[in-house]
Amino acid sequence: MSPTNYLLLSGLLFTIGAVGVLVRRNAIVVFMCIELMLNAVNLSLVTFARINGTLDGQVMAFFVMVVAAAEVVVGLAIIMSIFRTRRSSSVDDANLLKY
Amino acid sequence: MTPLTPPPIDYAAVAPLLIVLGAACVSVLVEAFLPRHQRWPAQVALSVVAIVVAGVTLGVYAGDAPAQGVITLGSTMAVDMPTLFLWGTLLVLGFGSLLLIADRSVEPGGAFVASALERASAGAAPGSTTGPSGVDPEHVDRSYGAPGDAPTMQTEVFPFTLFALGGMMAFVAANDLLTMFVALEVLSLPLYLMCGLARRRRLLSQEAAVKYFLLGAFASAFFLYGVALLYGYAGSVRLSAIAEAAVGTDRSDALLFGGLALLIVGLLFKGSVGPFHTWTPDVYQGAPTPATAFMAACTKVAAFGAIARVLYVAFGSTRWEWRGVLWAVAIASMVIGAVLGLTQTDLKRMIAYSSIAHAGFLLLGTMAITQAGTSGTLFYLLAYGFTTIAVFGIISLVRTADGEATHLSQWAGLAKRSPLLAGVMTFLLLALAGIPLTSGFTAKFAVFSAALSDGMAPLVVVALVASAIAAFFYLRVVVLMYFSETPADGPTVSVPGAFTTVAITLGVVVTLLLGVAPTLVLDWAGAGGFTG
Repeated sequence: MSPTNYLLLSGLLFTIGAVGVLVRRNAIVVFMCIELMLNAVNLSLVTFARINGTLDGQVMAFFVMVVAAAEVVVGLAIIMSIFRTRRSSSVDDANLLKY
Repeated sequence: MTPLTPPPIDYAAVAPLLIVLGAACVSVLVEAFLPRHQRWPAQVALSVVAIVVAGVTLGVYAGDAPAQGVITLGSTMAVDMPTLFLWGTLLVLGFGSLLLIADRSVEPGGAFVASALERASAGAAPGSTTGPSGVDPEHVDRSYGAPGDAPTMQTEVFPFTLFALGGMMAFVAANDLLTMFVALEVLSLPLYLMCGLARRRRLLSQEAAVKYFLLGAFASAFFLYGVALLYGYAGSVRLSAIAEAAVGTDRSDALLFGGLALLIVGLLFKGSVGPFHTWTPDVYQGAPTPATAFMAACTKVAAFGAIARVLYVAFGSTRWEWRGVLWAVAIASMVIGAVLGLTQTDLKRMIAYSSIAHAGFLLLGTMAITQAGTSGTLFYLLAYGFTTIAVFGIISLVRTADGEATHLSQWAGLAKRSPLLAGVMTFLLLALAGIPLTSGFTAKFAVFSAALSDGMAPLVVVALVASAIAAFFYLRVVVLMYFSETPADGPTVSVPGAFTTVAITLGVVVTLLLGVAPTLVLDWAGAGGFTG
């Protein structure tokens, strides 16, 4: 199968993730959509590594995974702390800061 | 099987970065092993010593650094003249913000005070057989101290500051996009947490942290997709390799410019430029003021250092293709910052919109792919950073019983209560507006003249109009302080402790010096260009 198909799939996954961030209301789900975007990038990195015939892209995918794991730790900590005070994880409820 | 040879490392060149990151790791250990009441002095001493030692190391190295710079760590780090200048800028601005963060005199326990609830339960326990909420006294954490004691501070903020500072230093020196991405996360993750650390007004603080985190992670995903597309285009993520691939090639431009667009979105987000600014006012307002000062000054430096390097080294040869888009972004940023700044009633939000307008001005300097553009941008970052830290230092001093008084109406007639504070604030606001004899004027002049000589005259006209509009909302605060009646229940002006005094003085003195005698620093900023 042509590697271009994987690039299309990766673009599709990235778009689904981006749309999810914009339309979903639960902070956890928004965060999962961001993770989907990162994984879409991983797919395209690995595909480009295959197309270019170098290993760099595959190594980069590992870096992205490590960074994504660190981001999960920080992100869930922040979402937990606001859930404890507000008893809600909806991004629409947090609306004190405006204008 | 051939043995792997590790890449040579120029330790002298990267020593400041290693010192800051090493101190951050030690700081985590201090947090883990020292008893709570010893942490504050230990953490403050460690952070200050680390930044000073890193600064001295940097100064010694910069004294006889090769003019064309060195590329080290397997070509992932470029330590050239702009890098050295930006490192120096980050270290001095980081030092100033650290003093604001460490200060505990303005409010008891500082802006990052540990939870009052835990202190109360810990303090009540010795007198009664069971704790206040039926907690077994054996299991109460007494290390928070009794309610009568001075409150302790959450000292986690010090390792966060050092890690963020180390990430910013790596960010401006990164010579390939993967290193830049990792550095971006190393600087961002501690900042997200620092925004949410306030215990007073915690709802605002946590809301700011969630917004900053979700939008920041969203933007870094865009950055990363840009990296992937550029890797697909050039077969490498080294900035110079992308530049080489872009010259005389039959490869698809869609990958190159799609990659650049996504990459630059991530970077512009960090610099709070133009249409990617939506997080800035909320986060500046909600975060604890010392953290806002750090974020406003140092993140701006890091983001624009990286934008300048990427545009100059990797995309300098294709600048006629992308410049039109960035023109639109710069105009949007200046107009949004200046016009929406007029409508603000909260001082911290107003400074946030001012920072968006300044980001637009800075973009002018980074778009000019010339030596003058680079040095103007570097000078602007230094000048803006010091002024901003001093402004937030002043804001943290004006308080009512329930915290900082940031609403504009509360600042009415402040000059009658504290002429000194009003005078200093007036000077700083004039510097932000760009009045001569302040650093703001010199910086704007350097950036605008560089943009003018690189064929961006219409953009400079827009920038001048935006500066004039922005001057109105700075001057409105000045008029409010001097010519309005003091409200009966107005805020009081706290007497700053030694740390805050030093930070504000440093900011004011540098703002004045860079306005009166900028030659030396302009020479440093123009000492050399980026190496690829």
